[in-house]
Amino acid sequence: MSPLAKLLEAALFAASRPLTAEELATLEPGAGEAAVRAALDELQRRYAGEDHGVELAQIAQGWQFLTRREYAETIERAQFALRTRRLSPAALETLAIVAYRQPVGRLEVEEIRGVDSGAVLDKLLERGLVEIVTRGEGLGRPLLYGTTPQFLEVLGLRDLDELPRLDELSVALRPPAPAEPE
Amino acid sequence: MTPPPVAVQDGAGFVVELEEFSGPLDLLLHLIHEDELDITDLPVAKIADQFLAVINELGLNQAADYLEMAARLLRIKAQLLLPRRAGDDEWEDPRAELVRRLLEYQQIRELVDWLARAAARRAEQFGRGFAPEPAAPPAELVIDLNDLLAAAERVIALIPEPVLHRVVPRPLDVEGATAKIEALLAQREELAWRDVVGERAETPEVLSVFIALLELARRGALRLRQPEPFSPIVIRREPPREAA
Repeated sequence: MSPLAKLLEAALFAASRPLTAEELATLEPGAGEAAVRAALDELQRRYAGEDHGVELAQIAQGWQFLTRREYAETIERAQFALRTRRLSPAALETLAIVAYRQPVGRLEVEEIRGVDSGAVLDKLLERGLVEIVTRGEGLGRPLLYGTTPQFLEVLGLRDLDELPRLDELSVALRPPAPAEPE
Repeated sequence: MTPPPVAVQDGAGFVVELEEFSGPLDLLLHLIHEDELDITDLPVAKIADQFLAVINELGLNQAADYLEMAARLLRIKAQLLLPRRAGDDEWEDPRAELVRRLLEYQQIRELVDWLARAAARRAEQFGRGFAPEPAAPPAELVIDLNDLLAAAERVIALIPEPVLHRVVPRPLDVEGATAKIEALLAQREELAWRDVVGERAETPEVLSVFIALLELARRGALRLRQPEPFSPIVIRREPPREAA
């Protein structure tokens, strides 16, 4: 392995969250972005084989060592690590709406869900899955919510583009943003 | 069939969470799928009845969101029952808005399934350790005594004065009023309302007399007559009935 790849391996091993390529590039300022990318690819290939219990995953716009799926149950049974709490249907509904309509206000979320959603939004804020991104125009300048990197991490997504496109769903519907041209 | 709803008092207001349904649209969609109905040609009358049955069964009639949907369904049902002229181009299907919302909601449910699968897959992999992001320490409060006192004053000003009301029990005295009326009728054949109830009578007394009069009239001891609305009531003794 190249010295740069080994340095990245150490940094990724030490970190408990995904590190972006930009963050990793600060380890070796002279290396350049392309070299860092190449080293990351090298590392990922190295860990992709059958020889390792962990793999280098691309997640939340960054990179992170994660245990391989097949060991989840055994590790959990031994209580060395616990699966993250499952999100409630209400939380997932609200997340789906925020993810596709962001920035979106509470009223729009409630209009789509048909129920009061203030408490759910507060809980998602608390868990760091959504954040207040701006204030809207109009009465009372409502708070508008958007998803966070933590959202991508919890769902194991590289970025928001990995979400299914609306036109791929079985129910076709109006586009999320009315401004978008047909 | 279903676990009882868990009512949670949660800051913003009264929230009802069910394990099975996340809201009225969810319940509605569930009913539609269960009956394999076509959303775009919704038999509202049927679905409205089922919806009402379920919210009664689940004790959801306390939940405003479900009630609102029930009311909406009933209104649409009523609108559909109203006759309309043939060839009326102005007529708009009252179901249209609901159908749009249901389709939109169905799309969200599809995304929810996708997100749930993604989250479950992610949960099968563990990252290193459990080092939670250290929360940023709260900013130091810069405040002097005057600010603090002013703030306290503002809070105190918001506390409403308790409104106290002394309740004095004054039970109705129907028996007393009955005796009084009977005594008066023993002297005179006909009485005016004012003869029984004084000028300054208080509510309990007025009520007592009124109830006593009704009761005596029912027993046939007297006859009540009011020549026209709001005119004084005339109380007249009935001749005692022949004993049977």
